[in-house]
Amino acid sequence: MSGPNFSNPVVRWIDHRLPVFTFMHHEMHEYPTPKNLNYWWNFGSLAGIVLVIMLLTGIILAMHYTPHVDFAFQSVERIMRDVNHGWLIRYIHANGASFFFIVVYIHIFRGLYYGSYKAPRELLWMLGVVILLLMMATAFMGYVLPWGQMSFWGATVITNLFSAIPGVGEWIVTLLWGGFSVDNPTLNRFFSLHYLLPFVIVGVVVLHIVALHRFGSNNPLGIDVRGKQDSIPFHPYYTVKDAFGLGVFLTIFAAVVFFMPNAMGHPDNYIPANPLVTPAHIVPEWYFLPFYAILRAVPDKLLGVLAMFAAIGVLFILPWLDRSPVRSATFRPLFKIFFWIFAANCVLLTYLGGKPAEGTYVILSRLATVYYFFHFLILLPGLSIFETPKPLPRSISQPVLGSGTAGASKENS
Amino acid sequence: MAETHEGATRRDFIHVASATMGAVGAACVAWPLIDQMNPAADTLALATTEFDVSGVEEGMAVTIVWRGKPVFVRHRTAKEIEEAGAVDIADLPDPQADGDRAPKPEMLVLVGVCTHLGCVPLGQKATDPRGEWGGWFCPCHGSHYDTSGRIRKGPAPTNLPVPPYEYISDTVIRIG
Amino acid sequence: MMGARGLLTVAAAALVSLGLMTTPVKAAGPAVEIPSQNWSFAGIFGTFDRGELQRGFQVYKEVCAGCHSLDYIAFRNLADLGFNELEIKAIAAEYEVQDGPNDEGEMFARPGLPADRFPAPFANDNAARASNGGALPPDLSLMVDARPNGANYLYALMTGYGDAPSGVTVAEGMSYNAYFPGHQIAMPAPIAADGVEYADGTAATVDQQARDVTAFLAWAAEPNLEERKRTGVMAVLFLLVMTGLLYASKRKIWADVH
Repeated sequence: MSGPNFSNPVVRWIDHRLPVFTFMHHEMHEYPTPKNLNYWWNFGSLAGIVLVIMLLTGIILAMHYTPHVDFAFQSVERIMRDVNHGWLIRYIHANGASFFFIVVYIHIFRGLYYGSYKAPRELLWMLGVVILLLMMATAFMGYVLPWGQMSFWGATVITNLFSAIPGVGEWIVTLLWGGFSVDNPTLNRFFSLHYLLPFVIVGVVVLHIVALHRFGSNNPLGIDVRGKQDSIPFHPYYTVKDAFGLGVFLTIFAAVVFFMPNAMGHPDNYIPANPLVTPAHIVPEWYFLPFYAILRAVPDKLLGVLAMFAAIGVLFILPWLDRSPVRSATFRPLFKIFFWIFAANCVLLTYLGGKPAEGTYVILSRLATVYYFFHFLILLPGLSIFETPKPLPRSISQPVLGSGTAGASKENS
Repeated sequence: MAETHEGATRRDFIHVASATMGAVGAACVAWPLIDQMNPAADTLALATTEFDVSGVEEGMAVTIVWRGKPVFVRHRTAKEIEEAGAVDIADLPDPQADGDRAPKPEMLVLVGVCTHLGCVPLGQKATDPRGEWGGWFCPCHGSHYDTSGRIRKGPAPTNLPVPPYEYISDTVIRIG
Repeated sequence: MMGARGLLTVAAAALVSLGLMTTPVKAAGPAVEIPSQNWSFAGIFGTFDRGELQRGFQVYKEVCAGCHSLDYIAFRNLADLGFNELEIKAIAAEYEVQDGPNDEGEMFARPGLPADRFPAPFANDNAARASNGGALPPDLSLMVDARPNGANYLYALMTGYGDAPSGVTVAEGMSYNAYFPGHQIAMPAPIAADGVEYADGTAATVDQQARDVTAFLAWAAEPNLEERKRTGVMAVLFLLVMTGLLYASKRKIWADVH
């Protein structure tokens, strides 16, 4: 395990004192990555890149934005109309938030399908859920900043939820608001925290990657890497594959930013906030809709809030709910079917979150909410016990080598 | 990066092409992110100011604002113009002829910011001290400017700048 | 394996969700379908028609500006409509804007400059309400973006006035409109046939005026639309080529693994 030899004397001088180059070499060239990763494994690096895009565009927007209720809306319009390329930076940031959630949701569903949350990657998974929570807080506060009708009323509805907490609820809400309703103090602190949290996310992402590198990536077969024949160096194989994936992502992202930049937004947010006029339907951004549906499905205010948070809480304890020793859905036929039903249920919850809380929508929301918790709390533990998985291949290389007997190569390559 | 191999040329080309295109793309993206810091359209709209000098009587001076900075407009007397011309250019710390500083000698237009460290010199009001050469005096560190706004004594390195301006009519100047 | 089938399912689910999400959320009552018009600025290659914008500006000035402000448009922005610097100066000078305080400490009115924004017809919301029977005429700078299917909706609204169908009573001071949510709008029909005499001689039918002012307001909501779409075409083409090259790179590098 001798370190790499660098020819450049400057590189050697730095590396001797601060081994960044050895570190990079290890992570890129030596770090063994399973050779059979499919394109669902691209979404982690995509999420990281979108985070960088959001940081860059966000810091730039903050150069032009004014976090005061009398000026916020017009400062955003100034960005759109007068700041050089301001419209582009704003649209990238607003749509980037949506794409960040698209990428992360796919990344999560990949984890669910292939059992990436199972031992020994439980902490990796939980760090990911922490990142999701931080993203949600950041996005919620960011949406308030333009101070449109949806900004104001979304903030009012969600902060009001905390009043459901018995005893201290009202006190907490007043503390959050800094006043008796969502107003300037609220806007100012949301701006400060919105600027702060992404850097906290960066920190947790670093921990997430350190945890990943402890045992390396999972793979579509869900079986461990057994030797050098099962893995390839991250560079150049996965660097180029990630670059290609990035190209596909950027093409789709550019198509949305340039040709349908307001499709995922709400027209009401182009109306300046008015505390005296409530919009006909208060709707959060699409990525919150499933949780919004769960919140509204429960008729009791406090229980609704608890159910909404429990929907994420249940993700935390997933490694202990699903105890099947088989990771990948490839070899779990029942689990596979229920995975797709669960995914469809999530899409349904998203749809219902955007509908008014009336009639059939209410009944469906309740059914979908019950099913959501049924999947995690009853189905998965049950499957762990009762499902008969398919036989696992002997190793990652074995399907490639083709033989069904113990033909896996024993040589050190 | 790419390992040497038989048929390396063709294989390397595609990587060079991809990487180059990526670099071009990165540059195209980087430019707007930097250019956004340049003055915005509403700032640029205030980059020119027009002013009718006919309101400034002889011997009087007026201060207007251009690009957020004070601009001195002084209607000079014949004596002041004569004093400004009667000097050996070579003796000046920042040599410049008076004729080069005012297209119409009676109307002097200068940016009223001391070239030392940026204070606004005194001399616009009749009661202000005007320094030893009857022009302007900067109280911060004692720079003296003459009736052409040129530095004569003190720490300022250069003359009070003449902003880019032109007469768009007999009496109206456009600055910037 | 999850592979292509899974990808297609996810993509299909995402597209269905996007389609459902971008469906406008409707107010209470049966949904009114808004007819689609052809707009020159729609689509990937959309651009504004300068003649249309100038006529629309004329309609805004002569018909709408009496009640509706256009807070985010400055006179200098009118260069997009094809006016030159002198014309813009002249247009700006027709308006009075507030400035001050002067040396006496008082606010005063002066003729507009290109850098000024359009002055509002009323000093504040309360004054606007007092002059309009309690109703507040909203600012129009962003109206096309502030309503679902904005341009089509505005056109429909302008042309949607008429007699109420039998059985529907219109409240005092309100007008019936087929497309306004609730069908009763405080604004009386703003556009009259030949209410404006177009400088370019186009016949000023209600349909023409409605179309022109809607296009003008679409420009006012997003003056950068043409630059956005132009840049978008180049960006997406560039990215398609680059992604193609990266795919070729990926295949070459992975050739020895597959």
